Amino acid sequence: MYAYDELDRTLINERVEEFRDQVKRRLSGELTEDEFKLLRLQNGVYLQLHAYMFRVAIPYGTLSSKQLRALAHVARRYDRGYGHFTTRQNIQFNWIKLAELPDALADLAEVGIHAMQTSGNNMRNVTSDQWAGVAPGEVEDPRIWSELLRQHTTLHPEFSFLPRKFKIAITASDHDRAAIRIHDIGLRLHKNADGETGFEVLVGGGLGRTPFIGKTIKPFVHGRDILSYVEAILRVYNQYGRRDNIYKARIKILVHELGIEKFGKEVEEEWQQLRDSALTLDDAAIEEVRSRFSYPAYEKLPHMPDELKQAAHDPVFERWRKNSVFPHKVQGYSIVTLSLKPVGGPPGDATAEQMDAIADLADRYSFGEIRVGHEQNLALPHVAKRDLPALWKALDKLELATPNVNLVSDIIACPGLDYCSLANARSIPIAQELTRRFANHDTAGLIGRLHINISGCINACGHHHVGHIGILGVEKNGEEFYQITIGGRADESAALGTLIGPSVPYAEVADVVEDIVEAYLALRDSPDELFIDTVKRLGVEPFRERVYATR
Amino acid sequence: MPLVKNGKIATDIYVHVADGAEIPPEGAIFVQAARFLENAETLLQRPDKVGVLWPNNRDLDELVSYLDRLAAVALVFPSFRDGRAYSQARLLRERYRFKGELRATGQVLRDQFVFMLRAGFDALDVKKEKDADAFAATVKRYTVFYQPTGDGRATALSRRTQLRHSESAGP
Repeated sequence: MYAYDELDRTLINERVEEFRDQVKRRLSGELTEDEFKLLRLQNGVYLQLHAYMFRVAIPYGTLSSKQLRALAHVARRYDRGYGHFTTRQNIQFNWIKLAELPDALADLAEVGIHAMQTSGNNMRNVTSDQWAGVAPGEVEDPRIWSELLRQHTTLHPEFSFLPRKFKIAITASDHDRAAIRIHDIGLRLHKNADGETGFEVLVGGGLGRTPFIGKTIKPFVHGRDILSYVEAILRVYNQYGRRDNIYKARIKILVHELGIEKFGKEVEEEWQQLRDSALTLDDAAIEEVRSRFSYPAYEKLPHMPDELKQAAHDPVFERWRKNSVFPHKVQGYSIVTLSLKPVGGPPGDATAEQMDAIADLADRYSFGEIRVGHEQNLALPHVAKRDLPALWKALDKLELATPNVNLVSDIIACPGLDYCSLANARSIPIAQELTRRFANHDTAGLIGRLHINISGCINACGHHHVGHIGILGVEKNGEEFYQITIGGRADESAALGTLIGPSVPYAEVADVVEDIVEAYLALRDSPDELFIDTVKRLGVEPFRERVYATR
Repeated sequence: MPLVKNGKIATDIYVHVADGAEIPPEGAIFVQAARFLENAETLLQRPDKVGVLWPNNRDLDELVSYLDRLAAVALVFPSFRDGRAYSQARLLRERYRFKGELRATGQVLRDQFVFMLRAGFDALDVKKEKDADAFAATVKRYTVFYQPTGDGRATALSRRTQLRHSESAGP
């Protein structure tokens, strides 16, 4: 956990007071809605179909139990008793009142949570691996660097009015859980031949209506230079990124239009001017931030405690354990994923009661720490293996033990037309229907790893391009239709999915997905071949045939 | 449109010469970039101050060689959301060491004041009277800054490491 110091606390309080004044000026009419729009967006406030929506940052996906209780409090006191975890380690509240927003922000500020730059054309929440600091084989904890970047990108005087939004993600593991290749800047932490920490820097990834996988701009930037290098990229983007067309304003378009070599050359020239400056991080500065992260005092525990051996006789527990419990870097401990994808439920939602209960469980079993992943699930990062049976019972009561992590019903979905003013079609009911179709956990287990991502419009908040099966809502003559892609992925082998054929109406989407899954089961060369690998081996044609033969 | 200069509401001594209008023989003037570049040497011979109004999409390279003879540069915010001039301002101050008046003009609202000062502006053509009146209170709103810029304010990181250093050096 990163603990705010007096300076961090002062800054977010100053921000809350500034926003309070801005809301006051809006309510008195001193600010027009057009002027206010930019200001509210910089504080995570959108105007949706029915109400204001409030998006709160959970930097690099780390929460303390106290912070989670504060989120539960906001859900209860200012909203309708629930929140929605997003694909970028944020939480959204959908029914907030403008006049109450400054108080909600002030309540969150008390526990070191803010909503700065969770929307608007600025640098968004810096995201990272939800298993940072606990994943086996990790190079080092990427959250130290995430926090350095969080601070550097917060209220930046030069880059708060960029051509478009700007997202940075960091991973320090071989297996990329932070989806860095679909970010404006992706950072892969690794060590050079001299054992020094640095980053492979990728740039120009992103989804939306023109999706791109990020390209490597520099294979190794030393850790001490990471702020100046990011600053150089941003300065080139701020000056030359397109501002004439909102759909061509992301850095991915600039990188695409210039080509990565030319863009890289521009950045390199700028960086040579910037690199030896106050932006260079000395060891003391890095150590200062590192020292504000606390780590649990792990016990020396057996690899296989008796409690776990006994519980293994219960097949229901075993199914959950095999699905939702993951190896930890410390012997005797596990990382436990809490599925926010119950059968028939909207993906990523949690009630205030669930949030409070998870906070209590975190205190009891996970050193008071909770993580939020881009798959819209939560995790308890430090659970002693002996506690797994007791934790499972508690989670099951809370409907947080659905054994579908990474399976077909672990669906990523945006809020869609049920909430969002940009959407063309609904996402949530599609996800709900699919979870009912695949409610049988044995069948889901047989299918194996399969990610379905759903977006209600081309803006791609549900990351449909990188779903193994991607579903995109479009509008056709006033009706909801859906385009289906297959073969996308967001990990270290990131790829964009391929369209399998003409769009299908709302009522047929679940049938089409079932057809695709059945085709896969018939086509795979062994039960070990994952859906994504079968698609890679055979291409989309056999799936297309299966889906459209009878349509 | 009130001018706030060095933190105070001030009288604008500059005449903004429209393109095609005659250049007055004396008195401080702002001229458009293209016109300045065409007649730079002549203009710089004038006895009084010359400033240039520089658009936010024009490369500063063309201006650099004149900077030490210019009294002022005005950078443009065509809309609140267009932030290109923040980069230009920092380049002028931090890379090219421009010491004259650096003015923000266009859509200049209260909520940008702190960013503008941090980027190196020392003169603001503020759009609304009320915002100009609130200048002093607005710029005091923040006391913590995460990024180093040319304005010299200590960053949070440098304050922390100094604090740590003085603590460890203490008795």
